Amino acid sequence: MDSIYKALVEIVGEDHASTEQEELYIHSRSLGTVEPHQPDYVVAPRTTEEVQQIVKLANREKIPVVPLGGGLSLTGLVMPLRGGIVLDMKRMDTIIEVNEKARYVIVEAGVSQGKLISCLERYHPNLMHSEPMAPAQATIAGNVMIHGQGDLAQPYGFNSDMVNGLEVVLPTGEVCKIGSCSVSPYWFTAHPLPDLGLFLGWFGTTGIITKLSLRLYPCKKINGVDRFLVEDAELIPEILLKITHTEMVGDLVSSIQGLPLAVRGIHIITININGDSEKEIEFKRQLIREDILGEYIRNGDCGFMGTTPDLRTGQQRPTITTVADIKRGGGFEYVGAILPVDTYPECCREGEAISSRHDIIYTLGGRVIGRSHAMMFFWSYAFNRADPESVRQAREALHESDELALKLGGVPWKPSVYGQKLIMEKMEPNTLELMRKIKELLDPNGIMNPGNWEVM
Amino acid sequence: MALADYKYKDVIHRCFRCGYCKFPSNWMEVNNCPAYARFRLESYSTGGRLWLIRAWLNDEIEWTDHLAQIVYSCAACKNCVEQCPYRFHDDIVDMIIAARSEMVERGSIPSVVKEFLENIQRQGNPYGNARSKRGEWVEGMGIKQYEGQEYLYYVGCVGSYDTRAKETARTLGEVLLKAGVSFGVMGNDENCDGNEVSKLGEESLFQSLAEDNIQQFKDLGVEKIVALSPHSYNAIKNDYPMFNGSFEVFHYTQLLRDLIKGGRLDISSGFDARVTYHDPCFLGRWNKEYEAPRQVLNAIPGVELVEMERSREGALCCGGGGGNFYTDFLGGSEDSPARIRIREACATGASIVATACPNCMTMLEDAVKAEGLEESIKVKDISEIVAEACLAKRAD
Amino acid sequence: MYELKFDERKCIACKTCDCLTKCQYMDIDRDTAKTEMRKIINGEDSFVLHDCVTCYACEEYCKMGNHPFYLIAERQEELNIPPMPRPLIKQAVQLGIPWRGDLKIEEVKEPVLSMGMFAPLANLIQGKLFEGLSLLSVDPRTAVHLFCQLMYLHFARTSVIKEKLPGIIETIAKHNVKEVIFFHDECYGTFTSYAPAVGIEVPFKSIHFLEYLYNRLVELKDDIKPLNLKVAYQRPCSSRLSSDKLHFVDDIFNLIGVDGDREYVGENALCCGGTIIGQRYEGRYELAADVQRRNIEDMVNAGAELCVFNCPACYDTLRRLVTRNGIWPIFMSDLCRLAIGEQPAGWR
Repeated sequence: MDSIYKALVEIVGEDHASTEQEELYIHSRSLGTVEPHQPDYVVAPRTTEEVQQIVKLANREKIPVVPLGGGLSLTGLVMPLRGGIVLDMKRMDTIIEVNEKARYVIVEAGVSQGKLISCLERYHPNLMHSEPMAPAQATIAGNVMIHGQGDLAQPYGFNSDMVNGLEVVLPTGEVCKIGSCSVSPYWFTAHPLPDLGLFLGWFGTTGIITKLSLRLYPCKKINGVDRFLVEDAELIPEILLKITHTEMVGDLVSSIQGLPLAVRGIHIITININGDSEKEIEFKRQLIREDILGEYIRNGDCGFMGTTPDLRTGQQRPTITTVADIKRGGGFEYVGAILPVDTYPECCREGEAISSRHDIIYTLGGRVIGRSHAMMFFWSYAFNRADPESVRQAREALHESDELALKLGGVPWKPSVYGQKLIMEKMEPNTLELMRKIKELLDPNGIMNPGNWEVM
Repeated sequence: MALADYKYKDVIHRCFRCGYCKFPSNWMEVNNCPAYARFRLESYSTGGRLWLIRAWLNDEIEWTDHLAQIVYSCAACKNCVEQCPYRFHDDIVDMIIAARSEMVERGSIPSVVKEFLENIQRQGNPYGNARSKRGEWVEGMGIKQYEGQEYLYYVGCVGSYDTRAKETARTLGEVLLKAGVSFGVMGNDENCDGNEVSKLGEESLFQSLAEDNIQQFKDLGVEKIVALSPHSYNAIKNDYPMFNGSFEVFHYTQLLRDLIKGGRLDISSGFDARVTYHDPCFLGRWNKEYEAPRQVLNAIPGVELVEMERSREGALCCGGGGGNFYTDFLGGSEDSPARIRIREACATGASIVATACPNCMTMLEDAVKAEGLEESIKVKDISEIVAEACLAKRAD
Repeated sequence: MYELKFDERKCIACKTCDCLTKCQYMDIDRDTAKTEMRKIINGEDSFVLHDCVTCYACEEYCKMGNHPFYLIAERQEELNIPPMPRPLIKQAVQLGIPWRGDLKIEEVKEPVLSMGMFAPLANLIQGKLFEGLSLLSVDPRTAVHLFCQLMYLHFARTSVIKEKLPGIIETIAKHNVKEVIFFHDECYGTFTSYAPAVGIEVPFKSIHFLEYLYNRLVELKDDIKPLNLKVAYQRPCSSRLSSDKLHFVDDIFNLIGVDGDREYVGENALCCGGTIIGQRYEGRYELAADVQRRNIEDMVNAGAELCVFNCPACYDTLRRLVTRNGIWPIFMSDLCRLAIGEQPAGWR
């Protein structure tokens, strides 16, 4: 038996380590368009100690380690580009503590979005975290680690801005705590210690997050959703600016898609209004409708969608997954980029053109981050997984979108290797050199998710 | 069969591997798929399994023992069918069964599955026990052979042969006698209903079992059937009609509910305990019957019924379906679904976990022992609880 | 090609101008009504064309059968003063364009019930009341081929109705049916009121859903157990186009033992406010909220336990509001199923 496999079995047990064709196949395939890359081993550890042992082994044997959460970044960030060990973190899924008074939760890295949502809804209904649009399987740590955004993006920013502390296993095997938890039993603040933010946005190339503390926010009882329809994209940035000035809304997203046909060519601004009473909701709603948006409605440029044509009497199904099936092919991938909000019209125009060139129905939109400080604009491309030509077209469209984002002055978010290279080509040389130094310091053997953020 | 001949070739690539198939409806845990719960490797989740099936049919990977084990580790519990957001969600378990059929065709199935099927073919039960012992459970009970009574009491293989499950077969018989129900059994003439055979992909064996059983029932003039096991209930009710066998089929909890409502069972002696109910998959998700068992339990004085957090369509399967009560692909670990389920049952504070399926009964009983929780919780069939409440005489 | 059969002389002869004087949303005396109607007839702008909330009621008020509301909608389009903002009009028009395949015309055995645009609600059609019925339009992907188009009256787009309606009628007729029961009130109104009003021929007979339900309940009389409930009926706007069928509401209620007495009933009924919310004039949102508030208050004051709907749009608009006030929303067909001892399809 392969001695490395034997060592892995000793660490995690036979049931949770594999070199079999089947596990290697699954982990060689991205949900997106990135070409397959096969790992050599797949392991699912249960504890931080097991992660440490695996990392030490990998260092000794100079084998790459690729940490995996939900695998839903879609841009191939968990592809074992140089083979090695795929480290499936999802067995580490204990919710360790919910601190209601200081509003934070400590979770192991593998806790899924679904599990945390369920726990808070059932036991701490006054608290919520910033829930991303990803399916329930996405992990809290994975999402935070890629600078994800959720439904609290507009009031509170990136999910990575909501981290109070981390426990990480360094590439050389030591366990470190970052934030107040390094000094105190409470994981309630990242500041005021010297900034050790060396693990978010690095895609696991500087270490493996094993625990984290995430800020929780007040969860109101009622979530009202209004949809504001706009034909002229040029109006969107100013409308978003005005809405964010009120400081009365939650999640704020503007999107446009080619299908269903009813909404083709119409931007839909989804305005979430939260409150603990009808009175609160109605007050906010009226303020926004009359004072902020009344002018656009009265001159006929924009209007609020009335009843939605959702007449099903049964349970609501998750919707993000159905976007994946537009081409009846079970696949989609998107370029998300962080951009100034006033680039929205051009993002849409170019996005429609790219989609059309690649025979894909356009699905575009932007989620406001902060008070219009930025937006995450997404260019989404569905493909048919069983049709290589369809996959190729989507891949090309994604590459063009990465290029477009940078051209417009933005930064591709959770970029694929292609996007990472474009970013690094454009980056300030000293900044790039600092990245290289950090990487070399923390990961001298270059075992952590190699191929990503590879500074040449 | 190449992918081109596979019944679901136009659909199987559409799985996005979003992972909802692993969750119950309330998202509280990610281990509501029994095979995924056991191994926590993506290949064992429904999405992973579908991708592997496609890769195999498309000649991207070879058949191996491990692949077969993954494909046969699915307990056919239908949690994935319940949770998958796609239009084709109803077909998911059928996609896995179709792949199993292909493996059966090629003769490439795990040896323990082969054993299971051969035993049924030869002896009419998966254990390979003699047919002449099938009707032993009835001895000394005064239950008659079926000769045109109102109901055929169909017991099934697990209830006929498994030591613990035989007790439930007998207890239900006592209760039906006490209620004055007109029923008879087939004893040694009873043959396997074929439900697991069908889920294991052996279509021709299933057809032959179904057709033989249907003919036997018809020859006997059977019109109404009350089944001990939800597996039998499912096969006879839903699958036999396609072989021209249409009967009025009940699961025994439905009959008990009506007997109690109609005053034909005096349950006033009650049953004092905090009880939690485990939904069997073939009664619950497969046949949407969540209420009858609960109605029976709620009717019994003294029963305090508490629900586990995962219940009804979100229930965690015991891991015994798809032949797994015999093939045991999901056993041997504290992550085995039955053991997780028992821990959940204990967490409700219940002293009894009630079930309505002999497969679940055997799986959960073994789990109680493996967990060392014999002092904390007992597994009882609903018929046993009803029997105590109506002081039905327990035969020795 | 199709022109509204509006007879100017009927308006001149009309003494009361009920169409405008009875309007629930505009306070107009008879003389003002005469003046404004004159303007509208002449194709000139009038405040009526702006203040109209498109509730359809004047179609019922008009004693002359002269289609005042259809005229208002036509003038709004001609003068380019639609009540709705442009993106909402665009969305509405696009909603009616088929894009998910053609409708396969299959033979149907009468009696036949058309769900129109509301194929997603086909699951309501089950049980004894609907035994033996064939259904048209059960696939949400192709339901648009059987969409009656009348909704565009709210968007000042009668041109779209006139363009599309003949094709819809032809699609229904291709099924070789002599009579069609229509699930939605608005479909019935399209084929019995609007089509004749603009000279479009309809080669089949339309049966009103409530009439069907009533007749079927009479057949199943022995199965009815009086519900003894207080209910409130939410009258849809399109019911104004078939006021001769309105009595079936009370007929059904009497048969199944429910009491539907309330203030806003019959001619006095209040619109659900669903389209008013989105309209572009100042104050429309508050107006819709006020209409809904008065409607709900009336239901509560009447002691209603259920709010009975006969229109999916009303249902979608009001169901949360009625639920919040302790009243259960239910479709009329489900209420009838409840009365014969069946579990309503829309309940969980």
